[in-house]
Amino acid sequence: MSATMPISAQLINLFASVILLLAFAMLAQRRVLTLINLFALQGLALCLATLVAAVSTGQTHLYYSAGLTLVLKVLLLPWILHRLVRKLNVKSEVEALINIPATMLVGIVLVMVAFNVALPISELSQTITRGTLGIALAVVLLAFLMMITRQKAITQVVGFLSMENGLFLAATSATYGMPMVVELGIALDVLVGVIILGVFFFQIRDQFDSLDIRHMENLKDN
Amino acid sequence: MMPALLSIDVLLIAVCAWLAIGLAGLAAPRNLRFISKTLFPLGALVGALVGLSALLFLGGAAEVAVLAIGLPNLPFHLRLDNLTAVFALLVGFVSAGISVFAAGYFRKGEGTAPGLMCLQYHFFLASMLLVLMADDAYAFMVAWEGMALASFFLVTTDHKHAEIRRAGYLYLLIAHIGAISILLSFGVMTSGSGDYSFAGMRAQQLSPFWASAAYLLALVGFGAKAGLLPLHVWLPEAHPAAPSPVSAMMSGVMLKTAIYGLLRVSFDLVGDPLWWWGVVAMAVGLLTAVFGVLYSTVQSDMKRLLAYSSIENIGLLAVGLGLTLIFHAYRMEGLAALAMTAVLYHCLAHAGFKSLLFLCTGSVLHATKERSLGKLGGLIHRMPWVAWLALAGVIASAGLPPLSGFVSEWLLLQSFLFSPGLPHPWLNMVVPVAAAVVALVAALAGFAMVKFYGIVFLGQMREPALKEAHDAGPWERAGLVWLALITLLLGIFPATVISYIDAATRQLLGTGLADKVREHGWWMLAPISPERASYEPLIFLATIVVAVLFGRQLVHRLYHGRIRRTPAWDCGYVFQGPRAQDTAEGFSQPIRRIFEPMFRMERHFPTARDSQPYYSVKVEDHLWHWLYLPLARLMNAISVLMTRLQGGRIAIYLLYSFLTLIVLLLVARP
Repeated sequence: MSATMPISAQLINLFASVILLLAFAMLAQRRVLTLINLFALQGLALCLATLVAAVSTGQTHLYYSAGLTLVLKVLLLPWILHRLVRKLNVKSEVEALINIPATMLVGIVLVMVAFNVALPISELSQTITRGTLGIALAVVLLAFLMMITRQKAITQVVGFLSMENGLFLAATSATYGMPMVVELGIALDVLVGVIILGVFFFQIRDQFDSLDIRHMENLKDN
Repeated sequence: MMPALLSIDVLLIAVCAWLAIGLAGLAAPRNLRFISKTLFPLGALVGALVGLSALLFLGGAAEVAVLAIGLPNLPFHLRLDNLTAVFALLVGFVSAGISVFAAGYFRKGEGTAPGLMCLQYHFFLASMLLVLMADDAYAFMVAWEGMALASFFLVTTDHKHAEIRRAGYLYLLIAHIGAISILLSFGVMTSGSGDYSFAGMRAQQLSPFWASAAYLLALVGFGAKAGLLPLHVWLPEAHPAAPSPVSAMMSGVMLKTAIYGLLRVSFDLVGDPLWWWGVVAMAVGLLTAVFGVLYSTVQSDMKRLLAYSSIENIGLLAVGLGLTLIFHAYRMEGLAALAMTAVLYHCLAHAGFKSLLFLCTGSVLHATKERSLGKLGGLIHRMPWVAWLALAGVIASAGLPPLSGFVSEWLLLQSFLFSPGLPHPWLNMVVPVAAAVVALVAALAGFAMVKFYGIVFLGQMREPALKEAHDAGPWERAGLVWLALITLLLGIFPATVISYIDAATRQLLGTGLADKVREHGWWMLAPISPERASYEPLIFLATIVVAVLFGRQLVHRLYHGRIRRTPAWDCGYVFQGPRAQDTAEGFSQPIRRIFEPMFRMERHFPTARDSQPYYSVKVEDHLWHWLYLPLARLMNAISVLMTRLQGGRIAIYLLYSFLTLIVLLLVARP
C-alpha cells in the first residue's frame, strides 16, 4: 500500500482487516454466544466499510447495501440466533473436530492462498477498494473452514452467515457491490435460510435430543 | 379449388382422433360401460380407417407435411411413403381387431382405472403411427419415447404385484438403452451437418466407417425394442405381465415398428450397405430365432411361450433383413426384392397371428384365471370359439399351409435357395447353413405350437375348476374373428397381397416382385418362375378340406359301430384321469434333453425314499447369468465404492466443496 493512498481507501482497508481479524476470532472462539456477538461485530465492520466506500464514491446503492447489512446482519440475525440459543438450551461450549490451534494454523495457510489468488484479480479492478479482495476471499475460506470443523448445527449457521459476509465484501471491493436486485435477493435468502434452519434445529433436537450433527450420519442408508 | 384430402391428412386426423378418444376416456375414468362399449370400438373404427387409407395409398407418390409443433424452429416433419404405408396398414388393421377385442375384455377393478387405461392405450396407438410417419429425428424420437412410455404404463397396469413392477422396470431400462443407441445412430447420420431431417440424412455421403457405425447403432437400438439377442430379456417378462390386448399390441404391432426403423435406416437413410452388415444381422437373427424357439418349447406359462415365440419370429425377420442386405450389397436386386418381400410379408403375418394368439390367451385367462399350462386342458369343450380361432393362429404360427405364416417362411426359404449365386466364396457356403437353421427353427416352432394348442385346448381338463370356464363374449369373438380373417386372407391370396406391398419393396430397392407375380394370376404364387417353385394356396386348401372330409367320412363308415368298450386289462393302469395326460413339462422333455447346453436348468428328481415325492424343473436363461447379473454386480460394486464418498457426515461433504474450491482457485489462472 502506498503512502499516498486516500484516507477513504485506508479506512476501508482498516475495516477489512478488522473483518479478517474477527474471522480469526470466530475461528478461535469457544463460546456460542460470544461467537454470535463476534458475528454481529463482523457485520458492523462490513457495514462501516461499505459506508466509507459509499461516501467516497458517491454510489447511492452502496448506502442501501450498508443499511441492509446493518439491519440484517448486525441486528436481526444475531437477535434470532440469540433467541435460538436460549430456546434450545445449547451447551455454551463449542465442540470442534480439530483442536483450535491447528485450525488457526490451517486458517493462516488459507489466508496466504487467498491473497495469492486474489492478487491478479485485484490488479484488473479499478475500484479504490480493490486491495480488500484478498481479505474478502480469505474471510470466505475461513468461514468455510469453520463450517467444516464445528460440530454444532448452530455454529455452522454462523459460519454460513460469515461466509456471506465475505462474499459481500468481495462484491463491494471488486465492483462496488452487486446490483441492488441481486443484493436484496441474497439478503432475503439469508434471512429465510436462517429461519428455515431455525426450524430444522428444533426438528433435529426433537429427533436426536441434541444438536450435534454427528447424529445425522445415521440418516444415510447402508 | 379445394385441395383433395391427402392420405397423410387422413392419417394425421386418425392420430388426433386416437388422442381425442384417449382424453375422452380420462373425462369419465370410472365409467367402464362408456369406455369399453363406446370408446374402444371408436378406436377400432379409426384403426380400420388408418388401414384402409394406407391400403388405398400404396403405390402412390410420397406425401409430406410439416407440423409447427414442438420447439421453436424445430417443427415435426412428417412423410407418408410406401414403406410407411405398409406398416401403417399393419398398425391400422391389427389394432382394429385388438381394440374390438379389448371392448369386451376389460373388467371392473383390474389395476389402472379404465379411463386412464383408455388414454394410455390410444396414446400408444397414436405414437406408433407417428413413429411410422416421422420424417426427422426429432419427431421420430418424440414419438418413439411416447410409445415406450405408453407401453410401460400399459405393462404395469397391475402394478400392485412386485413382479409386474419389476418387469416394467426392466422393459423401461432396455427401451432407454435402445433409444440412446438410436439417437446416436441419427447423430452419426447427420455427420455434423446439424440437419436432423431424414431428407438431410439421405443427402449425406458417409464414409464406410461412419456408415457402419450408424448401422450398428441402429441395429442395437431397434434390436432392443424388437427383442434381438442379447437385449431380449424384457420381452418374456413384460408380455405375461401386461393385460392380453396390450401383449397382443406390443408383440403384434410394436415390435414391427422396430423392424420398420431398421428397414428405414439400413435401406433408406444410411446409403449403400456393405455386405457384412447383412452377415451381422443374419447371425444375430439366427441366434435369436434358435434361442427364442427353444425357450418357447420349454415354457410352462402360455403367455411366456408366446413371448419367446415372438422373439423367434423377430429373429427370422432379422435373418430376412440380413439376406436382403447381402443381396442388395451385391446388386442382386431381384433376389433382394424376394427377401424383402418375405420380411414385409412376415411382419404382416406375424402381426396377425401373434395378436390372435395373445388375445386367445386373454380369453382363456379370463375364463379360467390360469396362465400355467399345467392347470389347463380340454378347453375346446367349453370354449369352442376361442379354441377354433386359436387353431388358425397356431397353424399360421407353425408355418403350415394354407395360412399366412407358411407364405412368408416359404418366401424366406425360397430366397435362401438362390444364395449360392453370391459372388463371395465364404457366403456361398455359410448362407445355406443358415437356411438349414431357419428350417430347424420352423420345425421347432411347429413343436411349440402343438404343445401350446394341445395342452391348453385338447385332452381332458386338468383341474375340476375348468368345467366352469365360459366362452368369449361377442366383442372378444368379433376381434378374434377379424384377426383370424387377416391370417386366412394373407394365406390364401399371397399374390394379391404382394402386389400391394410391392410398392414398398420397389421404393427401397428400385425393383419389385409384382410384375413376376401378376403374370401368373392371383391364385398362384411363383416369385421367380413356376418351373422353380410355385404355391397355389387354394389348391392346398381344397386338398386339405377334401382330405379331412373324406377321412372323417371313411372313419365314420368303417369304424363306427364296431367300437367295444370293455374294462380290459388296462395295461396295469388303475385309472386314466386327466393326471395321466402328458404335461407341458413332459411334452418338451426331449427338447430339453437334446439341447441341454442351451438351458440353465434346476431340476429336482424324487428318490425312492421320498415320502412326498415331487418333480420340478426350472429353466432359466443363460444370458441372464452370463451377461445381466455380472453387469448388475459390477454396477453394484461401483455404487458401493461411491457410497464411501458419501460418509453421511456434513463435515466431509463440506470438505469436498472446500477442497474443490481451493484446488480450482489454485489451478484456474487467468
